[in-house]
Amino acid sequence: MNITSGTEEEVTMDEIGTITDFIQDEAGHGLYLYSAMETLGKSRDQSLQELIDGKAKYSSIFNYPTTSWADIGAIGWLVDGAAIVNQVALQRTSYGPYARAMVKICKEESFHQRQGFEIMMTLANGTKAQKQMAQEALNKIWWPALMMFGPSDKESVHSQKSMAWKIKRQSNDELRQEFVDMTVPQAELLGLTIPDPDLKFNKKTGHYDFGPINWDEFYAVIHGHGPCNKERLEARRKAQEEGEWVKEAALAHAKKQRNLNAA
Amino acid sequence: MKKDNQWPLWEVFIRSKQGLNHKHVGSLHATDQQMAIKNARDVYARRNEGVSIWVVKSEHIHASSPDKNDCFFDPANDKVYRHPTFYNIPDQIDHM
Amino acid sequence: MQNQASYITFLTRLADNNLILGHRLSEWCGHGPELEQDIALINVALDLIGQSRFLYQKIGDLEQKTEDQIAYFRDAGQFYNLLLCELPNEHFGTTILRQYLYDQFHYLVLEQLISSSDEFLVSYAKKSIKEVEYHVMQSKAWVIRLGDGTEKSHQKIKASLDKLWPYTDEFFMMDSVEDPLLEAEKIKKQWLVKVNQTLSEATLEAPEQTWPQKGGKWGKHTEHLGFILADMQFLQRAYPDAKAW
Repeated sequence: MNITSGTEEEVTMDEIGTITDFIQDEAGHGLYLYSAMETLGKSRDQSLQELIDGKAKYSSIFNYPTTSWADIGAIGWLVDGAAIVNQVALQRTSYGPYARAMVKICKEESFHQRQGFEIMMTLANGTKAQKQMAQEALNKIWWPALMMFGPSDKESVHSQKSMAWKIKRQSNDELRQEFVDMTVPQAELLGLTIPDPDLKFNKKTGHYDFGPINWDEFYAVIHGHGPCNKERLEARRKAQEEGEWVKEAALAHAKKQRNLNAA
Repeated sequence: MKKDNQWPLWEVFIRSKQGLNHKHVGSLHATDQQMAIKNARDVYARRNEGVSIWVVKSEHIHASSPDKNDCFFDPANDKVYRHPTFYNIPDQIDHM
Repeated sequence: MQNQASYITFLTRLADNNLILGHRLSEWCGHGPELEQDIALINVALDLIGQSRFLYQKIGDLEQKTEDQIAYFRDAGQFYNLLLCELPNEHFGTTILRQYLYDQFHYLVLEQLISSSDEFLVSYAKKSIKEVEYHVMQSKAWVIRLGDGTEKSHQKIKASLDKLWPYTDEFFMMDSVEDPLLEAEKIKKQWLVKVNQTLSEATLEAPEQTWPQKGGKWGKHTEHLGFILADMQFLQRAYPDAKAW
């Protein structure tokens, strides 16, 4: 879940609306997917508890800090962009409730991606300071976005099984390549430089070759050592803990009402 | 063991336009019908997706078993009268 | 008919209430007690922010400014929202009670504006009242749930009520800006009836009125507003030469 805080700095009145809608959609995506898990017999509370306990994994990208307005743009453009590449493939996943949730999610993610790109476009065409802000965000988000597709096919622990069960329809490396091919021309259009000196188009393969990914960083982050892992989980734990009395009260009230109606 | 305050699960059905059937769109948690309908509106119909919402507690839904798909659904396949696609309509009538 | 300055102050008060409260609510995004509730609160936040924009655009037309200039380039002293709207969220109970007290008031204000003679205000009120009717339904149901729910929730929301109640007097302190357009006494009477009904369903009671907390409508604020503005206005102020974001 891409939920950091509601107190991101805001920029224009127009953006306040779209960005809040964006974060709200992401909470919705969490909800749809927890529902899909519930059809498999795991309650949302259990899922959330496992998240807080560090047992459940979530996308490594959310453990990086969001510090500027351009980060919001780059996240929409690249992170949601990467998510779409992943999730479009998952619309054909073998598990129905998961596939159906993905259809709705993809539609909303594509709003976010376009919104993110538009933010980057405005910044890239803005003042020198704005363009620099955009470039710094791209520098920061690019590699973590590539890592979002997970370890390379040779290393991935779950891939084989997920592919065999047709939960995953395309391999991590295939999807990553698709993302790079799609994104490089977009960066060129923005006039921004992708922070990879090895990046170049390979005429033979028809794809962009790119430099090595820092997998040590990737594993460190998924094992809890990213810049924000602790903060993120602490925010979840706090929300859960502080919401308990509210949930309990709502249940108690509903029960009283039922008894009243029955009497 | 921590106290279980999980709210009951509900299934949400939305009619997107007058004249169409309600269609299952997803699930959510709520403590009572009133909250379930409001949550459904906020979660599943905030972009004008519907004109009518039904909610039903998930525990009240009974499903056919996937193991029995053969005897449930296959027999209908060879009964052409259930899938009427064979009527000849004059070409002048393009839509019926 | 009022002069233009006073008309603009009227619109600014309405708009600032909605913006500041909308901002406060948006702080819940991702932190609510249950995902559904999170999403519901944010819908209300978005409605309120949308309403404030509608008003800022009108003020912008009158003053030849953009909505962004109005929202981002005023300091606390030029914000005219009710103090209640800027109070911190604290826990969910305080937030939802603050919301209910305001929603109920907001609804009655819009109801009067619908029958005003000002064309713009009529169109604004007609558009907004549908949203606010839903807000009242939501927040009222939650006040009842928490008041009636458990001993703990009852105590918590009771404490919230004691804390927030002194801020409600400011709703009805109307001056020459509002007098031509709103009947303060009537709104107050109706508000008290509605609120007392809800409180009694919630097994709560309105506290004795003590010293009223007031000032926001005249630009005299709590310490909290400055932090909201710092958060909200940072980027526009840090990069004043940027033409677009």
